[in-house]
Amino acid sequence: MRPMSTTSSKTPLSHIRNFSIVAHIDHGKSTLADRLIQSTGGLAEREMSEQVLDSMDIERERGITIKAQTVRLHYKANDGETYVLNLIDTPGHVDFAYEVSRSLSACEGSLLVVDASQGVEAQTLANVYQAIDNNHELVTVLNKIDLPAAEPDRIKEQIEEVIGIDASDAVLISAKTGLGIPDVLEAIVTKLPAPKSEGGDAAPLKALLVDSWYDTYLGVMVLVRIIDGTLKKGMTIRMMGTDAKYTIERVGVLTPKMVNMDALGPGEIGFITASIKEVADTRVGDTITEDKRPTDKALPGFKPAQPVVFCGLFPVDAADFEDLRSAMGKLRLNDASFSFEMESSAALGFGFRCGFLGLLHLEIIQERLEREFDLDLIATAPSVVYKLFMTDGTERELHNPADMPDVVKIAEIHEPWIRATILTPDDYLGGILKLCQDRRGIQIELTYVGTRAMLTYDLPLNEVVFDFYDRLKSISKGYASFDYQITEHKEGNLVKMSILVNGEPVDALSMMVHRMAAEKRGREMCEKLKELIPKHMFKIPIQAAIGGNVIARETISALRKDVTAKCYGGDATRKRKLLEKQKAGKKRMRQFGKVEIPQEAFIAALKMGDE
Amino acid sequence: MQTATLTAIGDGMDPGFGVYVHWPFCAAKCPYCDFNSHVRHQPVDQPRFVSAFLKEMEEARELSGPRSVTSIFMGGGTPSLMEPATVDAILQGIARHWHVPNGIEITMEANPSSVEATRFHGYRAAGINRVSLGVQALNDRDLKFLGRLHNVEDALKAIRLAREIFPRMSFDLIYARPNQTVEEWERELKEAVSYAVDHLSLYQLTIEEGTPFYGLHKAGKLIVPDGEQSAVLYEATQDITAAIGMPAYEVSNHARPGAESRHNLTYWRYGDYAGIGPGAHGRLSVGPGKIATATERKPEEWLRLVETYGHGMVEREALDLEAQSDELLLMGLRLKEGVDLARWQSLSGRDPDPEREQFLIDNGFIERLGNSRLRCTPAGMLILDAVVADLACP
Ligand SMILES: Nc1nc2c(ncn2[C@@H]2O[C@H](COP(=O)(O)OP(=O)(O)O)[C@@H](O)[C@H]2O)c(=O)[nH]1
Ligand SMILES: C[S@@+](CC[C@H](N)C(=O)[O-])C[C@H]1O[C@@H](n2cnc3c(N)ncnc32)[C@H](O)[C@@H]1O
Ligand code: SF4
Ligand SMILES: [Mg+2]
Repeated sequence: MRPMSTTSSKTPLSHIRNFSIVAHIDHGKSTLADRLIQSTGGLAEREMSEQVLDSMDIERERGITIKAQTVRLHYKANDGETYVLNLIDTPGHVDFAYEVSRSLSACEGSLLVVDASQGVEAQTLANVYQAIDNNHELVTVLNKIDLPAAEPDRIKEQIEEVIGIDASDAVLISAKTGLGIPDVLEAIVTKLPAPKSEGGDAAPLKALLVDSWYDTYLGVMVLVRIIDGTLKKGMTIRMMGTDAKYTIERVGVLTPKMVNMDALGPGEIGFITASIKEVADTRVGDTITEDKRPTDKALPGFKPAQPVVFCGLFPVDAADFEDLRSAMGKLRLNDASFSFEMESSAALGFGFRCGFLGLLHLEIIQERLEREFDLDLIATAPSVVYKLFMTDGTERELHNPADMPDVVKIAEIHEPWIRATILTPDDYLGGILKLCQDRRGIQIELTYVGTRAMLTYDLPLNEVVFDFYDRLKSISKGYASFDYQITEHKEGNLVKMSILVNGEPVDALSMMVHRMAAEKRGREMCEKLKELIPKHMFKIPIQAAIGGNVIARETISALRKDVTAKCYGGDATRKRKLLEKQKAGKKRMRQFGKVEIPQEAFIAALKMGDE
Repeated sequence: MQTATLTAIGDGMDPGFGVYVHWPFCAAKCPYCDFNSHVRHQPVDQPRFVSAFLKEMEEARELSGPRSVTSIFMGGGTPSLMEPATVDAILQGIARHWHVPNGIEITMEANPSSVEATRFHGYRAAGINRVSLGVQALNDRDLKFLGRLHNVEDALKAIRLAREIFPRMSFDLIYARPNQTVEEWERELKEAVSYAVDHLSLYQLTIEEGTPFYGLHKAGKLIVPDGEQSAVLYEATQDITAAIGMPAYEVSNHARPGAESRHNLTYWRYGDYAGIGPGAHGRLSVGPGKIATATERKPEEWLRLVETYGHGMVEREALDLEAQSDELLLMGLRLKEGVDLARWQSLSGRDPDPEREQFLIDNGFIERLGNSRLRCTPAGMLILDAVVADLACP
């Protein structure tokens, strides 16, 4: 992005509204944001590509918002006054709940968008409760009323019943056709509160570091919300958490084009640049103040995002290791919530152990590495973070089953649990209850919202990271919605299960499992691997073991016949091309002793059904 | 008979230079066949094809340079649908473009359904000295299943005629048919062997993509013997043919020593060949390199191309050394005589991976013949494709 122009302004507090949009995925948050930008003239018509706020390729393709973005709108209200509306877009997916919460803390109100045909879903609930926790005023917006299936009255009732907020004055819109958009803008001005500032614009600077990201032209950009005082170009600021000092080079706002400003006053949201080297140097939630006239009280700040899911990422071609390292470094510039450290595996060679906010985050990072950096990767089984309480009284974290210490030295293993909320049409309830039960779930609540069941379950995260979400979708034909929060670590009867192929342990396939489920898992793993590993010239035993005990086994029989019957002059080309493919395929296989395991086996072996 | 020049080991294993001519028409399409063959309900304008064949030879001659031909093969399709005059014109054309020594092997494929004594005499007079008959099965039920237009009686008559008229003959059978037992096949093969002169091609039924059998197979309506059963059938085939002195010299080809197909040896020894006609492939050495050629498959389109541009070539790829080494290996290991390692090394620029080679030797899949040749054992031949992939991998 390049800065476009310079505007000079400091808007009075009464004429500012800072707001977010909270919604379940696909209920139309991004579409509404685009409409708001368009109808306030933020971008010329021809500059509007669809969903301007989702700027990364992957966001566009998957239709999800990954990184919170922000935009400043100018709106001339019915009272004749012009207001500055700052919209902070938030990601909808549970993996990024942390980013949702910090975006919300920068504003005073939210638009609660609910699809008027679908009604309340799991993420609607999770996000609206976060908004309420942040003391937000809410404007309820029922979207997609252009759809024949829209039932605004029923959904209003549902919102009142399930969420417990007054929905009688909900704004009915179609973000797609533009219907009702002026009413949304008017409601933002009349129903949402203006920001407050105790000290006003003359007080010592106090600003919240909302977000930071890396821009190719400008380097690290920091999104700030001014609480008190005035932030000016040239000012020397201090980050109160890290104690680092910087001189501000650029102050501005995003409309969503970048517009330079001389200063930002209380209640305003904008960006700064200040020769900060890395995104990792900025701490989201930190308080920014003026170095020579600091505020006496820092803002409470946020807990840093903790990775909850770990997996190994290895280059298919060992020669790509350095490329992978540099690609990860580049991605981290923009995503401090993703962590990595070098790991070496007997099976897969050198790679990285990476931490993610959740499974979607994992998939997105893997996909970006493969797509943007043209790397071929093998991902190992995702693992949660276990707490090990050792017999000698020490405590440690286990991110990788391969690092599991000798069991005799372990007193207790604790695993993370989540509280999951699932909303589903009645028809699928039986299947979902069974799924949760099979995954060691503990039912907390089962209520009805019209014909939809709302389930609350406590589940071990370990049981969710593999394929819970996929299974849930397939059981409910996509109709169930799901959200969760990590609650606590609890002791579990957990063991490390190793997989041996041709007598050799394959470290990348080992996993932590509950003792009671071990045999079943082991059997499924062996069966799956039997399908995934092609026949070799010799027979291959596959075993699942706990310690020295084999709990399941399968055998891949030796290749008996594999020869083309007819091969004459006209077949040489075809056969050569086949051979070239085979050779390339072999490169993508991992060699264990004499056995070649296709890379798909590593991830596919973990996606096991419960049918 | 020209046995003197044909001994596989005795001829110094010269890969040679063959000319292949493709006749792309059949009376009916067999449901298993993915060859470039087409059924036409109008009579084919044979003189027009002859002119086009001759035209295309000019182009091939340009590429190959002057050479002495070691064999000629008329394949199909069903070449025995050609008029003897057509065959005669083609053979004369070849002799005008390259040096064709007296007595070289000149084969034609023939279908038992289109065999007549007068035509056979005509082919013989034109210069054909070897026929390969598509017998496929020796019982009427299976011939029907295979969609063949002939019955056992026709097949036996064709074999008799071919033996009478041509100095050399061979015939093809397809086995590993659905539900075929080893006993049934052994009986059928022993009968076949009694009709054979000195050469037999015995193919296991292959389900080729795009054929009616492929669809049936996918739908589970046609079940072919599994790996174990087809291995047993293959082994029985080896035993029976070896016992009567016609052992396999290639995966699916059996001959008395000296009666091997000279032309097909050129393919497997990775020699040069010119491909003439619709859908024909060629390999031609150009200096130290090799080019792979292929022509348009659709007969009428091929005609149009030849008549407009002088040739029907649609692919012409210079093979790099790696590609040549792959082809040498995958063709050469099909032969009982194996491949010349020095030749493979000079193309691939490497030795076989010693650990992998030793593993294959220890497991009885390959063996060294002295220092210079590498070949598959009978056990290795059964899993040849896996062995080749293993050895070809750097
Ligand atoms: N019919 C209709 N479709 C809409 C409307 N608003 C959004 N959509 C569609 O719903 C899908 C999800 O919208 P999006 O804005 O990406 O949802 P988000 O995931 O909440 O950001 C897209 O296919 C939109 O085109 C609407 O008002 N009417
Ligand atoms: C080029 S074909 C044609 C010869 C001649 N048109 C005929 O069918 O009699 C040569 C041989 O390949 C064999 N063949 C063709 N398709 C096959 C398949 N799908 N599986 C096994 N053998 C096949 C047949 O034995 C056939 O005789
Ligand atoms: S007759 Fe031969 S070439 Fe023609 S379709 Fe049948 S098998 Fe194929
Ligand atoms: Mg979106």
